[in-house]
Amino acid sequence: MYEAPALFSVEPGKSGMLNRLWHCQMEKGYISDADIQSISDEWQLSKVATEGVVSFYHFFHRQPAGKFTIYLNNSITSCFKGYSRVLEALEQETGASVGSVDRTGTFGLFTTPCIGLNDQEPAALINFYPFIHLNALKVRKIIEALKAGAQPEDICDVIPENIRYLPPASRTVFFRPFEMGATLRRLEGATPEDIIQWMQKAELAGRGGAFFPTWRKWDTCRKYNSDVKFIICNADEGEPGTFKDRVLLQTQAPSLIEGMMMAGYAVGASYGVIYLRGEYRWLEHSLQEWIDAYRAKGYLGQAIDFLGGFTFDIRIQMGAGAYVCGEETALLESMEGNRGEPRTKWFFPVEKGYLLRPTVVNNVETFCAAARIVEMGVDAWLQRGIPGSPGTKLISVSGDVEKPGIYEIEWGMTIHELLERAGAENTRFIQFSGPSGETLSMDDKYQRISMLRFTGMDIRCGGSFMAFSHDREIVDILLNFADFFTHESCGICTPCRAGNFIVQRQLKRVQRGVALTSDLDALRDWGAIMQKSSRCGLGKTAPNAVITSMTKFRQYFDGLLDPDKSGMVRKFDMEEAVEAYEKYKY
Amino acid sequence: MAKEIHLTIDGQQITAEEGRNLVDVAKENNIFIPSLCYFSHIDPPLGTCRTCTCKVNGKYQPACTEKVKEGMEVEVNTSELVDMRKALVEMMFSEGNHFCPACEKSGQCDLQHMGYELGVSVSRFPHLFKDRVIDYHPSRMIMEHNRCIKCKRCVEEVHTDDGKKVFTYQNRGNETFVGIDYDEEARLTEDQAIAAMELCPTGAIIVRGVSRPQPFGSREFDLHSVKQEVVKPLRKHYKPGHLEKKVVATVSLAGCFGCHMSMLDIDTELLDLTEFITFNKSPLTDIKKFTTRCHIGLIEGSCCNAENVETLRAFRENCDLLVAVGECAVWGGLPAMRNTIPIGECLEEAYLNSFTQVPGEYTVPYHEDLPKLLDKVYPCNEIVKIDYFIPGCPPSATHIWKAVKNLLWDEDFSILYSEFKYD
Repeated sequence: MYEAPALFSVEPGKSGMLNRLWHCQMEKGYISDADIQSISDEWQLSKVATEGVVSFYHFFHRQPAGKFTIYLNNSITSCFKGYSRVLEALEQETGASVGSVDRTGTFGLFTTPCIGLNDQEPAALINFYPFIHLNALKVRKIIEALKAGAQPEDICDVIPENIRYLPPASRTVFFRPFEMGATLRRLEGATPEDIIQWMQKAELAGRGGAFFPTWRKWDTCRKYNSDVKFIICNADEGEPGTFKDRVLLQTQAPSLIEGMMMAGYAVGASYGVIYLRGEYRWLEHSLQEWIDAYRAKGYLGQAIDFLGGFTFDIRIQMGAGAYVCGEETALLESMEGNRGEPRTKWFFPVEKGYLLRPTVVNNVETFCAAARIVEMGVDAWLQRGIPGSPGTKLISVSGDVEKPGIYEIEWGMTIHELLERAGAENTRFIQFSGPSGETLSMDDKYQRISMLRFTGMDIRCGGSFMAFSHDREIVDILLNFADFFTHESCGICTPCRAGNFIVQRQLKRVQRGVALTSDLDALRDWGAIMQKSSRCGLGKTAPNAVITSMTKFRQYFDGLLDPDKSGMVRKFDMEEAVEAYEKYKY
Repeated sequence: MAKEIHLTIDGQQITAEEGRNLVDVAKENNIFIPSLCYFSHIDPPLGTCRTCTCKVNGKYQPACTEKVKEGMEVEVNTSELVDMRKALVEMMFSEGNHFCPACEKSGQCDLQHMGYELGVSVSRFPHLFKDRVIDYHPSRMIMEHNRCIKCKRCVEEVHTDDGKKVFTYQNRGNETFVGIDYDEEARLTEDQAIAAMELCPTGAIIVRGVSRPQPFGSREFDLHSVKQEVVKPLRKHYKPGHLEKKVVATVSLAGCFGCHMSMLDIDTELLDLTEFITFNKSPLTDIKKFTTRCHIGLIEGSCCNAENVETLRAFRENCDLLVAVGECAVWGGLPAMRNTIPIGECLEEAYLNSFTQVPGEYTVPYHEDLPKLLDKVYPCNEIVKIDYFIPGCPPSATHIWKAVKNLLWDEDFSILYSEFKYD
């Protein structure tokens, strides 16, 4: 079982809840009644409280989930690339139907939202090891091998990085070689104020998609007095279609670690935690190796000479399958061993975050960029991108494109150019920044991707870029998103929990062709209510795609409506409605 | 003594102690901010139901999670915010399975109360009819998950003496429900259990053997509004054609005829009625088929079979205005209790596996003369356009009569708070 470094004894035992549950899950394939009892006893919880935590995360099971637990990704790209055939093949080969375990208890078959492999769909995790580009034939081979005694870790795919585009003339920021200590050496003699000033000058802003100025976050946190502060790396990249952090974790762990150390030094925090999403469990080992290498070199876990004897250490916290934990306060709740429910905004994490201590939460890409800014120098950084939006941005491109993968673009590239480079053809529908982002049509193709706002020609990108061609039904895409949000809402506030469910039902009406113009208008109004009244970003952004696509593809939606526009007598499928009763005809 | 600060709510200057809760401050100044999950003892506030959403300094925020500050500007009663709050309450009605006429909390239910205060006669959202269990396992309580609005009050407030939680959320997304710990629940004292039941804003937590002394109809929220006595009047809409004799049709679809009975309760006004109204197709006249076009069609009941759908369509074709009268017509009502269960299971339970089943006669009635059952019970507005909705089970006679008079002759219309009911 994973032991936290000694330094982390400041954390109460209950912070170990998720690790404890993971241990049970991995050891037995499920969490038993006895486990629930012993965990509850240990932390003086009622059993129902422990069950509440377990049931929140979809990688935790209360029933045996098979010797080999298979999670097939059901994101929209996967669906378009053969998901249903793969699922059929899996059911056939394993003998398990989806959501259950086969009779021998060997295979458990489940579906899961995006696993960060959207460029290589259909993809699945088997015992949390990745398998990509699945098809019926490959499924048969994999299952045969497993039946013959192979272990998933031995036969899983090596995941290519798929870095498709870097800025020309060595202007890449993220993917240049990085030597251990490259950033730290530059920090020698620098004060925390210096670092914050550099970040301010570099205009670095949160790369998770909110674009909050990094220097301000660090500076605010620095000003709160506390003997214990935390730096948390949000590696819970759950937005479907996003996989940039995966590639950074695969290839740029040192710059991530040094970025976190630098942040720690700047705000006076000695504890760093990487909250790694459960789907990236297969990356944990190499990441841990990097952390150990840093420790061995004397950079982590003890006084660091470069930083004037400052102490910093990092541990990894595994998430367990919950998109909402990418919301920073939900992430903090999850780390404390609770259900990942976002907090009310009484305080911001920089004041009272993890364990109610001042906490900085930043995205993987933000830390990597911060480390690179110091390593390459602020001036070099400022030369990239466009005025007001310096630097480069990683974009995960997937969908109906010839070359899906990672694109490191300088801010200022147009959507048109990105589409060209990715080899997108016949594009109709672009989902920008993931399902919670914006929907674009080809009318928007000359928009620039940048951090500038209110110019009317710029658009900010969190990291996901999915392009879909004219062959795809827009309503299918939206329904996939709606299913996702219905499933991933934490369930705590009404507009998100009920609203997403209602939007899903209404979209089904649209798909069945029984909706009226007034139904579309209603859908837009309902989405606006969710945007305004939801508790956290999930509910506030969930209806974005539905609302914007109804505006941008009005004609398409009009074509789906009930042709009887009066709405006096509504379309009603009598045959379908009496089908179940007809079975009793004798 | 905390510092005094000044804020404005809807333009009204208010002085209050700094840091107090906005909902409370507003209430003390006679400004009603609807709220459901808010419970003044729970700190920090829960902010789960979002019913109290207001605009604070231009940003949409729930009032319950706001502490008053100097210079704060709050908007409460703009038409947009009023509609948004109403929508959130409607969302809760659509999401749960709230059968007010069959609920022991009716009249003391905060959700129902908000529906009354905000004048919710029909939910704009489709009812979801998600199958939810009723948990009879706890020794002292019954958890009625159909009625739970996930406000989190019980999760935060109900503990055993040694500080363990009795209730906690389980699952997430649309599968979220409040789980109860059977062992801990058994350790609550009777008083603690009753306190939990009282804490619940709806009828989701029921303590066995504890009944409510006040009769239905004279309970806390039945008679008096905290806001105003008059529910929003119907807008005037019909071209006046004074004292022209009007033609009315009525029908009971999947209903119990209770609404028709209620119509007869207008007592002496029946005499006026016969002067100004003739009935065409109606059980009251026993006219089976429309013989003339009607000004208004009063629909009782929802659509549970093919014949109901045909009848309703005929009403739409032959009536200028259609009014859904009563809970069943409005959203499905009691017949829709079966909507959470597949029709096959319902039929088998009723005809194949019931105790009264005659051995050897294992049949579900099916005959060409029998109307075919639909897979679920459909509210009238999913079949045809409905012009007005009158809630209640049954609606009071005065409510129906006032609405009809308004619709037919454009008479002034206002419904008292005590006449607007779901039970």
